[in-house]
Amino acid sequence: MRFGMLDVRDLHVNVGEKEVLHGINLHIDAGETHVLMGPNGSGKTTLLMTLMGFSGYKITQGTITFNGEDVTMMHADERSKRGIGMLFQRPPTISGLKLGKLLTAISHDKTVDLPALADSVHMGGFLERDINKGFSGGEIKRSEVLQLMIQNPGFVMLDEPESGVDLENISLIGKAIGDLLEKDKRMAKREKSGLVITHTGFILDYVDADKGHVMCDGMITCHGNPREILKDIKQRGYTECRECRRS
Amino acid sequence: MSSQLNTPGIAKDDQERIVQSGIDFNLENRCGSYLQVDQNIVESECREEGIEVLSFKKAMEKHSWLKDYLWKAVSKDKDEITKYVAEQPDPKGYVIIAHKGSKNILPIQACLYLGRETIQHVHNIIIAEEGAELHMISGCASSGHVGEGAKHYGVSEFYIKKDAKISFTMIHTWNENVEVFPRSASIVEENGVFLSNYVCMQPVKKVQMYPTATLKGENSVARFSTIAIASPTSYIDVGSRAILEGKGASAELLTRAITKGGTIISRGQIIGKTAGTRGHLECKGLILKDGTIYAIPEIDGRVVGTELSHEAAVGKLAQDEIEYLMARGLSEDEATATIIRGFLDVKIAGLPEALQKQIDATIDVAEKAGF
Repeated sequence: MRFGMLDVRDLHVNVGEKEVLHGINLHIDAGETHVLMGPNGSGKTTLLMTLMGFSGYKITQGTITFNGEDVTMMHADERSKRGIGMLFQRPPTISGLKLGKLLTAISHDKTVDLPALADSVHMGGFLERDINKGFSGGEIKRSEVLQLMIQNPGFVMLDEPESGVDLENISLIGKAIGDLLEKDKRMAKREKSGLVITHTGFILDYVDADKGHVMCDGMITCHGNPREILKDIKQRGYTECRECRRS
Repeated sequence: MSSQLNTPGIAKDDQERIVQSGIDFNLENRCGSYLQVDQNIVESECREEGIEVLSFKKAMEKHSWLKDYLWKAVSKDKDEITKYVAEQPDPKGYVIIAHKGSKNILPIQACLYLGRETIQHVHNIIIAEEGAELHMISGCASSGHVGEGAKHYGVSEFYIKKDAKISFTMIHTWNENVEVFPRSASIVEENGVFLSNYVCMQPVKKVQMYPTATLKGENSVARFSTIAIASPTSYIDVGSRAILEGKGASAELLTRAITKGGTIISRGQIIGKTAGTRGHLECKGLILKDGTIYAIPEIDGRVVGTELSHEAAVGKLAQDEIEYLMARGLSEDEATATIIRGFLDVKIAGLPEALQKQIDATIDVAEKAGF
């Protein structure tokens, strides 16, 4: 029997005084990549930020288990050390902090060839730049991917990796994410798992997702084949998803 | 010249404080030194051709023309501090002259060390003659054991002649009992460049200074940078002023101020008197816990064709930035220190690498101690 990499049970989350997530259940096995879809404001990013351990997202009920360990009350750094990583949709700009310096600080493998790795995602010229300062949409995403490549997490969360990115960069980012998720390995050999938020589905061309979920109004309303779900949403929008929840 | 700076009677832990102020005892990366312990001059030497490092007294004996430079940039009647220094029968301090066309690659170091509860007074004159380039670091430190009543009064007059350049980097390592009153002014002639950097990362009781650069010459340039951290009992009143007189003169004044409970008054003033001049003033403050940062940026344009701007901001550490770095695996303390380090990262255009590294090293020491 294989342990589930991530197991979320009955997760309720408040942002401020308001409950935003109302009892999320989600199980992602090792080697699996799941896709999360849903209308704007449905709680997708809230779920990822909560799983990462951001303090503004208060868990009022439920548990998060990662590799068999309860991480519900852990801070972001403790979760990161256990192998949870995230690509942020809108990461902050940090004045004076050079991308190269951060990469060196977070690298576990001090022998890694940083410039070469940065070049592989066309970020070689950004190592001496302040993180995200004046970066374009594509550059922000490539910077995020590069940080994840250095972190090498076992469970990767990706918050709209294709948003604000042109087609050429989607290909580059998509391939890098595919590598992060060990998509070149057979399922039985694959250990990395992931959870991807996408609106367009472009990323599915590079990340062969195993399962799809739809979130509406802070709840996961349906599960299934990710491409079929995407096709339905493209044809009918999210109206039926909401009705699905009511029924 | 000796191969090691002589430091008579200075205890090892206090020597470490002097090193933190950027003084290199081994003299490997310095081309000359001036060391004053309280009122005693221990060393004043320079091995760079064309550059003289002299005690005030010796300089006046050697070069009678120097009297033309006395109290010309700073007025002796400016305040109680300048009057006190002017009244001294035996003035202390250093005179550095970079003669025409000379240039030092390695900086000159001046160490003003306060070891007792006394008033240390200095009158310094620094001259870069036509086409000369002079880089210096002034490490001002006290013993960690100096008690109440210890004061430092320092008058410094800078003269930057046509096509000359001076970079002056001052690093303070006083203690919580010491009061410090630098009085500095510079006169910059045609195409002259004056870079002034001030770093204060350690506790001090009080610092009060407002160095002024008068940019008289066409296309003259002044850049001031100030990096200061106020400990809970510190009162730091610092600023810089640029008076743009020469056509095409420009100035940039940058400040990064952090309080951990003390008070920082961050002043800045640019006066545009001539058309075709430019100036920018930037003050950023971070309140880590309690304390006060009071920013007073002033721009004073007096003629059509001067372009002046300022920006000032006081804030706190952003939680989203801290947690972003924590999500990358840094602990909360590491993330906080990393963000503060970035905040203090001011790169000064035209500053030699050795001096930039010294500034970085001084901040690194504070970072390792968790700011």
